[in-house]
Amino acid sequence: MNLHEYQAKELFRAAGMAVNPGEVARDPGAARALAQSYGGSAVVKAQVHSGGRGKAGGVRLAHSPAEAERHAGAILGMTINGLVVHEVLVSPIESIESEAYVGVLVDREGQCPVFMVSAEGGVDIEEVAATNPAAIHRLRVDPRYGLLAHQAYGLATRLYSDSGLARQGARVISQLYDVLVDNGASMAEINPLISTTEGQVKAIDAKVSIDDNELFRRPTIAALRDPGSESPADLQAREAGLSFVKLDGNVGCCVNGAGLAMATMDLVKYYGGEPANFLDIGGSSNPDKVVAALEIITSDPGVKVILFNIFGGITRCDDVANGIVEAVRRIDMGVPLVIRLTGTNEELAREILAGAGLAAVASMDEVVEQAVRLAG
Amino acid sequence: MSIFVDGNSRVVVQGITGRDGSFHTRQMMAYGTRVVAGVTPGKGGRDFEGPEGREVPIFDTVADAVAETGADSAVVYVPPAFAAGAIMEAADAGVGFIVCVTEGIPVLDMTRAHALARDRGSRVLGPNCPGIICPGKTTLGIIPGRMVTPGPVGLVSRSGTLTYEAVHHLTRDGLGQTTCVGIGGDPLIGTSFVDCLAAFAEDADTEAVVLIGEIGGTAEQEAAAWVSANLDIPVVGFIAGRTAPPGTRMGHAGAIISGSSGTAAEKTQAFEDNGIQVAKRPVEISALVGAALAR
Repeated sequence: MNLHEYQAKELFRAAGMAVNPGEVARDPGAARALAQSYGGSAVVKAQVHSGGRGKAGGVRLAHSPAEAERHAGAILGMTINGLVVHEVLVSPIESIESEAYVGVLVDREGQCPVFMVSAEGGVDIEEVAATNPAAIHRLRVDPRYGLLAHQAYGLATRLYSDSGLARQGARVISQLYDVLVDNGASMAEINPLISTTEGQVKAIDAKVSIDDNELFRRPTIAALRDPGSESPADLQAREAGLSFVKLDGNVGCCVNGAGLAMATMDLVKYYGGEPANFLDIGGSSNPDKVVAALEIITSDPGVKVILFNIFGGITRCDDVANGIVEAVRRIDMGVPLVIRLTGTNEELAREILAGAGLAAVASMDEVVEQAVRLAG
Repeated sequence: MSIFVDGNSRVVVQGITGRDGSFHTRQMMAYGTRVVAGVTPGKGGRDFEGPEGREVPIFDTVADAVAETGADSAVVYVPPAFAAGAIMEAADAGVGFIVCVTEGIPVLDMTRAHALARDRGSRVLGPNCPGIICPGKTTLGIIPGRMVTPGPVGLVSRSGTLTYEAVHHLTRDGLGQTTCVGIGGDPLIGTSFVDCLAAFAEDADTEAVVLIGEIGGTAEQEAAAWVSANLDIPVVGFIAGRTAPPGTRMGHAGAIISGSSGTAAEKTQAFEDNGIQVAKRPVEISALVGAALAR
């Protein structure tokens, strides 16, 4: 789960980090008042879960409260990478001496948190990694000891030659590690970490992703989820415990298991069709989940056919069949349904489906071909 | 032969009294797995009732279970909040092979669990994995025993049901298996493709290997390079997720294309460049294995 910049900055402040001031405005008038309170000039930043806000015109400098109001008016309601901006963060303009990059994320290969720092901040760090990899310094952290003081200082000396600045940088780097661990984040990033002309090191941007698996034990973090950033289908899927990703095709897919679900989408494409979604109903086979899955898929007007691909292991085919029959009774599908069921309790499942006038095939290729043909 | 476990493995089940743990313990025992102990804190001293009236002693701690029964392998069916702790407890008790089925464990918890298991010399399979089955001998985890049969093929996969799909075709076509291993769909897993390939390379009975990967990370690329440098038996590969959009998690926590890295195209290319035949559809896997073994 991604946090907005202003939410991430709150976590930074809670860790004691030096962060530039700022408040959220949801209408242009509020932005004007904030700029006024900062002495007239301000930076106005779109709060949206997308990179490239600056390039999209979502970050603007204002030199008067009236200009801040105009900028906020332009940014609020604009669409960045398909996401509508509902909030802007208004902050005073800083006098920037240098811009650095500091990030920490959980590294797959090292199976531990890894820091990446660079004196070349303020730009896309992936671009730095591609063009000048030597400018990025990495450090793996042993999760059992955490980030040690000398490690934080060592990283900071890569950013600042001045020892006063390096000490401040080391503090920020340690605090960023605390943010990661104390909030169950999978990634925390400051870009840029600035030093001001007055010799202050502070974060003026913030990006934090929370590990979804942490949310069950962190209710205050879970409450930060922005409902406006989620489609109704995504919301319904999450609440039903289904793993769902909307795509652009017309073959609705309902599968058990993530790997088989991906392989099913690939097979739809192989036979010349386009999958409408990824949907994994999961290992347990509660009929209610099947009903919820069908509700979500049929709510997409682009879907022309719904394909079930169930390989029963833990999942019992009869449970899925009961769910399908129940769903057909409750919802008006409006589109044909093709079903493949094999594995645990397959025969029982066929009887249940037959009782409702539905049939199932045994092979994955057969059902996908059928679906693609019906989708036209 | 089989890899990592065999019919002599003595298994302790952590979370044996839970809904999933009790169901799958009975399934494992019915298949022939030697389940020698269960662990549920607070229920030590009781017995777990297995199939055909067979009883399994329950202990409060893994250390007690190991001391009393000589358990050398563990299966963890503990909820996500406690699963990393369960892995560390098993490693601390000297259990050498730990299968963790649990899905949804916080990744920071797993950084600590993997570090401790490495220090203790324990191998972790998973988490978020279906486990391991040696046809006709033993099963640790949740892979249904019906669909496998003994034979010369080793199979290793990141996915559960896609494994079933592939094994189903192999078995139907008369191509039995030495061992089928699900390494798990999480980003931080204890046993890699390469670990499994190295074990299959040491196993005289394994004459061909099936490698089922998916988008996200670079484990398939590393496996491909390893195969080309070290393995002289045929390998057939499959990659799921050709149609997955970048930057979106596809069910498995580890199945995400980051930037231009971790795509199915990149992994398929790595397979082909290193002499691994790639099946375009799951149904082709078995045909390619059959053809390779016939040569």
